[in-house]
Amino acid sequence: MTTTAELQKVNGENIAQTLEGIGAKLSGSEGDVVLDFSGVRRIDPAAVSAFEDLAAAADGRAVKIVLQGVNVDVYKVLKLARLTARFTFVN
Amino acid sequence: MSDKTVTLSEERIAYLEGLVRQARTAAAVFTQLTQEDVDRIVKPMVLAGLEQAQYLARLAVEETKIGVMEDKAIKNMVATEFVYNYVRDKRTVGVIREYPERRLVEVAEPIGVIFSLTPITNPTSTVLFKCIMAIKTRNAVIFSPHPSAWRCCFEAVRIMYETAVKHGAPEGVFTCLESHNLEDNKYLMRHRDIGLIDATGGPGAVKAAYSSGKPALGVGAGNTPVYLEKSANLDMAVVDIITSKTFDNGTICASEQTVVIDDEIYDKTLDKFAALGAHICDEKETETLARTVIDPKTGYMQPMAVGQKATNIARFVGINVKPKTKLLVTPIKGVGPEHPLSMEKLFPVLSVYRAKSVDEALKVCVDVNHNGGLGHTAVVFSNNEAVIQKFGDVINAGRIIVNSPGSIGALGGVYNDMVPTFSFGCGTGGGNSTTDNVNVYHYLNIKRVARRTQAHMWFRVPNQIYFNVNATENLRNFPSRSTLIITNPALEAIGHVDIVKRCIPPETPVRVTIIPDAEPDMKIVKQGVEALNFYKADQIIALGGGSVIDAAKIMKLQYEFPDADLEELAAPFLDIRKRVVQYPTEKTNHARLIAISTTSGTGSEVTPFAVMTDKERGFKVTLADYSLTPDVAIVDPQFVMSMPKDLTVDTGVDCLTHALEAGVSVFASPYTDSNAMQAVRMVFKYLPIAYEHPQDEEARSMMHNAACIAAIAFSNASVGVNHALAHAFGARFGVPHGRANALMLPHVIAYNASVPTKFMPSPNQGAYVAHKKYAMMADLLGLGGHTVEEKVANLVKATEQLLDRLGLPKSIAELGISKEEFEKAIPDLAKIAFDDPSWRSNPRMPLVSEIVELFWSAYGGRGTQPTKTETKAKATREMVTV
Repeated sequence: MTTTAELQKVNGENIAQTLEGIGAKLSGSEGDVVLDFSGVRRIDPAAVSAFEDLAAAADGRAVKIVLQGVNVDVYKVLKLARLTARFTFVN
Repeated sequence: MSDKTVTLSEERIAYLEGLVRQARTAAAVFTQLTQEDVDRIVKPMVLAGLEQAQYLARLAVEETKIGVMEDKAIKNMVATEFVYNYVRDKRTVGVIREYPERRLVEVAEPIGVIFSLTPITNPTSTVLFKCIMAIKTRNAVIFSPHPSAWRCCFEAVRIMYETAVKHGAPEGVFTCLESHNLEDNKYLMRHRDIGLIDATGGPGAVKAAYSSGKPALGVGAGNTPVYLEKSANLDMAVVDIITSKTFDNGTICASEQTVVIDDEIYDKTLDKFAALGAHICDEKETETLARTVIDPKTGYMQPMAVGQKATNIARFVGINVKPKTKLLVTPIKGVGPEHPLSMEKLFPVLSVYRAKSVDEALKVCVDVNHNGGLGHTAVVFSNNEAVIQKFGDVINAGRIIVNSPGSIGALGGVYNDMVPTFSFGCGTGGGNSTTDNVNVYHYLNIKRVARRTQAHMWFRVPNQIYFNVNATENLRNFPSRSTLIITNPALEAIGHVDIVKRCIPPETPVRVTIIPDAEPDMKIVKQGVEALNFYKADQIIALGGGSVIDAAKIMKLQYEFPDADLEELAAPFLDIRKRVVQYPTEKTNHARLIAISTTSGTGSEVTPFAVMTDKERGFKVTLADYSLTPDVAIVDPQFVMSMPKDLTVDTGVDCLTHALEAGVSVFASPYTDSNAMQAVRMVFKYLPIAYEHPQDEEARSMMHNAACIAAIAFSNASVGVNHALAHAFGARFGVPHGRANALMLPHVIAYNASVPTKFMPSPNQGAYVAHKKYAMMADLLGLGGHTVEEKVANLVKATEQLLDRLGLPKSIAELGISKEEFEKAIPDLAKIAFDDPSWRSNPRMPLVSEIVELFWSAYGGRGTQPTKTETKAKATREMVTV
């Protein structure tokens, strides 16, 4: 089985919408989806909800969501929201 | 997560889980905000609360039918403005406090999601207060209002929430349970995502919170006693009590419940109450109220009375009062279940008690305090400081309000400088975890970032040290009205005392006290002290070895401090700076102690130690304090020229052990290192010469100096495990101290140079350095070697060679001690050695099993097969190297 790695940059604005868009494209995908968060300083509750939805969407498919360059403040938010176990993190 | 005793529908559980998820997300997102972000949100919330104070008060009164609208509006303003005034400059994000001198920093960590119960009595003010606290501390809150105050609370939460989110708070930061029941509360109280329960309410709510197993702030019922003492400003007291007890119709749980009044002012006080609008109930009216406003079954107040006007209560129970009556005053004759009106009454009914004395008054206040009011609030009106202080001592209340109204006083910030609050911690007496006025710091986890600190070190030596041949002549520099020489018979016989006498200024009266040449005991010390007192000595010259000088130190101690308890002063300690027993400082007599050493080993002339035996009570007393250090030390080699060979060796090896152990001690410093290293160098060079050529003046002089220099090192860095082993072994088998040290020394060097099984805590050292210190010593001695391991091995070898050259036994076995005898002694030896304080500064913390191994290594002897310890150390080193 072949896998692919798709890298997408996430900007600090409209994170929730970006994640929703990525979630919508997951159907039919397989392999790694790498999201570059190095430009994101903070996230809001809507983004957290979008992360939950994205994780749920990935769960049903052979897709691994990889979050790259997440700063420690955002990482802590995801930790407190019990979401870190549902993603793969790379620096 | 869910509680099996809770029966909720799936739909309800989904609803509750949704609330929690929303709050959890908000709390998580909230952690990203800075102090400035938070402060930008709090201020408009406070302004919104102030603007809506009257509106919310009206809603609360309409819905609950409790209290007074005007007073509730004031409460809402206090809950916003006064609380803001307290929190506005408080740091609650990141570093909140710094203690540079302690190298400590406190850092705030939010709690997360708080589940908050709010009461019927102060519904909106409590919500406003908690919302401001939560935002200031970056927490999310799920509110569960009292069901009969839900609408007004919901509205208060809405106003706070909309303002907060508008100014940057995360969405979902506040939520309010819709119509709910106890099952909802139970479910949420046990939810894993709830970090804290803040329950302000009745005993049931508080108990449920504390029973949940979650951290909780449970703030519940009180029963405020008031002592109105005869010295009080009566006019002020009566107005304050009426103001407080009628505020919001008495709904604040800190309000006055029973006023205990001194007999002398009792009638006058009731007259003043009556004059200001109170109705003084007669016996029958009091009995009627007791039956009606207090539930006879539970002993608690009837809900229908809570927060009602005095006139309404009077009408309800059938008591005729004037139309503008503010307060019903009910005289009672006791406290407890048989006196129902001695209970908490959150309505304008105030009990009064006539006390015949201060003692009786205080006892009645204690009774009220213990009758449902433990830990909460108490009030005293008095101008007698002793009475106020006694009241504060005997009453168990988180807030003891002096000469001011109880309810408004307890809220803080109005009549006093307490922290403004709407939650009163009641301490353990009230089943709470705090007695504080609950505030922002209770909504935070406070982390302490503790940076490494170095303990204060020292380097203490006698004021003056004179050395080299004829140094004794310096005695001429010390005038004295009366001098006592302490010495032993042998030194007197060979003329040493005469040498000393000749050096003392001729006009000085000099007496001599001869003591046996043995470890001093109490009897000898007493004799010496008697002589000092008899001659009114102002100078003591101790001429001798360690025993004589130690005896003189203790004589001086007892002479200067006759009440000093030697047994107590000998109490063990871990750190001399933190010792429990302090040495006395107020001297009865003064005497200068000049120590002239006649051996080259113990260095007692410069040390802060003294050992004596208490034969009467059968124990050995080891005293250690820098006040014992002689004032002047004279290191004059003319007194050691005739030392016998055995003594030269024993004292010389003792000196070497002092230097080696001080050098690797965890208390070693650059100051002690310089002395320790120099002493090691001098001993290796001059001890063999002094042993083989006793008349070599240079060798004798250098060894005499080496002993003093090594003693300076170990006086400030202490010794180590070698001494602990030698003390135990020497005492058990009657082996001289220096010789016992020699048997252990090579084995201990190898042991300390290997990787410890247990490291010794040593804040002053950045790493384990014992092996490197030994290597430095090897370099100093020119022993060669390329690596630290080689240098340590060379030092061990050189030490063995030195001991061989001095004719010292190679092993314990060589002393004629059989293996069986030694094996039998080992458990005791290990125990005694482990109890010995000497090893507390050793670089390795010796395990008892390691002490046993060291003893067996010493039994096997040096220079033969590697000992078990050495083998193990070698293996460990190899492992580390790999």
